[in-house]
Amino acid sequence: MSNDADVLQIQDLQTSFFVDDGEVKAVDGVSLDIPKGKTVGIVGESGSGKSITSMSVMRLIRNPGRIKGGSIHYNGEDLLQKTEKQMQKIRGNKISMIFQEPMTSLNPVYTIGQQISEVIQIHQGLSKKDALSKSVEMLELVGIPSPKDRVKQYPHELSGGMRQRVMIAIALACNPELLIADEPTTALDVTIQAQILDLINELRRSLGMSVILITHDLGVVAETCDYVAVMYAGKVVEYADVHTLFKEPKHPYTVGLMNSLPRHDMDQDELNVIEGNVPKPGEMPEGCRFAPRCPFASDICTNELPDLMETEDGNQVRCWIYSEKWDGDPEVNVKNDYQTARSQ
Amino acid sequence: MLVFTIRRIIQAIPVIFGVSILVFLMMHLVPGDPAQVIAGEAASQQTIDQIRERLGLNDPIPMQYLQFVTNAIQGDIGTSIRTGQPVADEVFSRFWVTLELTVYSMILSTFIGLIAGIISAVRHYTVTDVVVMIIALFGLSMPNFWLGLMLIQFFSINLGIFPVSGWGTPEQIVLPVIALGTAGAAIIARMTRSSMLEVIGQDYIRTARAKGVKERIVIYKHALKNAMIPVVTVIGLEFGTLLTGAVLTETVFSINGLGRFVVESITARDFPAVQGSVLVIALIFILVNLLVDLSYRFLNKRIDLN
Repeated sequence: MSNDADVLQIQDLQTSFFVDDGEVKAVDGVSLDIPKGKTVGIVGESGSGKSITSMSVMRLIRNPGRIKGGSIHYNGEDLLQKTEKQMQKIRGNKISMIFQEPMTSLNPVYTIGQQISEVIQIHQGLSKKDALSKSVEMLELVGIPSPKDRVKQYPHELSGGMRQRVMIAIALACNPELLIADEPTTALDVTIQAQILDLINELRRSLGMSVILITHDLGVVAETCDYVAVMYAGKVVEYADVHTLFKEPKHPYTVGLMNSLPRHDMDQDELNVIEGNVPKPGEMPEGCRFAPRCPFASDICTNELPDLMETEDGNQVRCWIYSEKWDGDPEVNVKNDYQTARSQ
Repeated sequence: MLVFTIRRIIQAIPVIFGVSILVFLMMHLVPGDPAQVIAGEAASQQTIDQIRERLGLNDPIPMQYLQFVTNAIQGDIGTSIRTGQPVADEVFSRFWVTLELTVYSMILSTFIGLIAGIISAVRHYTVTDVVVMIIALFGLSMPNFWLGLMLIQFFSINLGIFPVSGWGTPEQIVLPVIALGTAGAAIIARMTRSSMLEVIGQDYIRTARAKGVKERIVIYKHALKNAMIPVVTVIGLEFGTLLTGAVLTETVFSINGLGRFVVESITARDFPAVQGSVLVIALIFILVNLLVDLSYRFLNKRIDLN
């Protein structure tokens, strides 16, 4: 799938944390391409490795974590081969990131203006004065009223939504090619969520950048993403364009996720959950990692780990059902049969 | 900021009054008759009466306190029984030596403590961290008079590099300052380490790194300013400990400072001298804490004027 139209190509990325109990493989062989000017969503439960994947792209994994293998090609150059100094020139400049916690992501002892100016001064070498007036422009761009007064304020004087806008202003100040948004709206009110997502989308279009949107909210994915990677237990289990994913989800886990969404068109007493939990690191099943929770699991699933396979429509799925080796019901349709299979 | 400053100064006034009451009562809290205690066991009734008259001990206690405060405001904190000189003169002639000793020790503690703490925090759970923290634990555990004696033994007697006693020349300053400042350096190092570790784990540090800020600047600009808030508190409290510690250090190094004056006055039962010295030391301590409070506002903009 990789070609020149991709701004980022992640190949077989492996990131582990080395703790007292041994190695925890948080990201275990993730491959993902981010096309230029598109938004790619990464969805999955907590602990599926989606945030660690993005922190690996930024090379911000701290001890006891370490990127063990793979490659992350950005415009043809492997980020994993870069020195820390070279990475500092890329971070905040070519690849930017915004985080889940707007309340705590800004430094409480510096003004908004100082914090936006800093990134401009580092990467564009502007003077303090010019950087500050650029900061005012950036605040205007992200829709903060009376930006001239705001630059003099401290983070505690701003609401959560405002602070996330400031974070976006910092991230976009140097016109990055890639923005990584790690659950940017999770901590915000629903009305503010929509505003922030609209803002990101609008700026992506006008600035022509690519976005990686990490979320566990499928509604957000449907609204904003062009492509979606579904992650489970450190691996990508399905990669598809957003229309196909919602129309014909292939992996049983994706179907499970979609079924667990509350429905507004039905009177539900109970939500459909996926039984069981994400396997603990160190207790990874031998075969497919989803097999213990999968209603379709057959012999091969519990014994052998499937590869990420290309499907007829050009998307990817990591499931034995779509391979020639499938030893279960040959007529199975994951989407339609999920509920029946689950109740058996 | 001005309102905040004035408010803090006003808040210090009741504390000063509390201190003055305690210092005043010191003389009356001693078991038995203060005049008898001052005069000693063998003194005649006449001597005791004389002392009582001179110290105004025959007046009612509130009157005595009023007199004490009125005099103190005018700069008269009594007359030393031992020397016959005004206590204020005795105290201020020695005050500068003690202030120098304390301030130099303070600078040493802060400087070494901050650097050691930052290094430990940045390299936490490495050998460097463990070594620094073990040294800090030793520094913390050693009483300053013992450390002083060991320093004299090693550097003055065995090596002959520094003089055994006295104050004034640069050589004379080194050992007392090390003896007094070590414990403070250890406390500040440990406090800085834990405070830095907490701050380094904060989301805004991750943000700074994600902006492409150099690691050195992340530590010294983004982390340190936040980490300093609890450390400044400790530094302020440490100043009080240093003033107390000066008593012992001055005795060990035979430095003619306020601390030794207090010790000698206690031994000689020179109550006015003890009262005066304690009052001055307490006032300095209040002043330092006031400065610490004011510096919070500078470090942390979230501390509101109210």
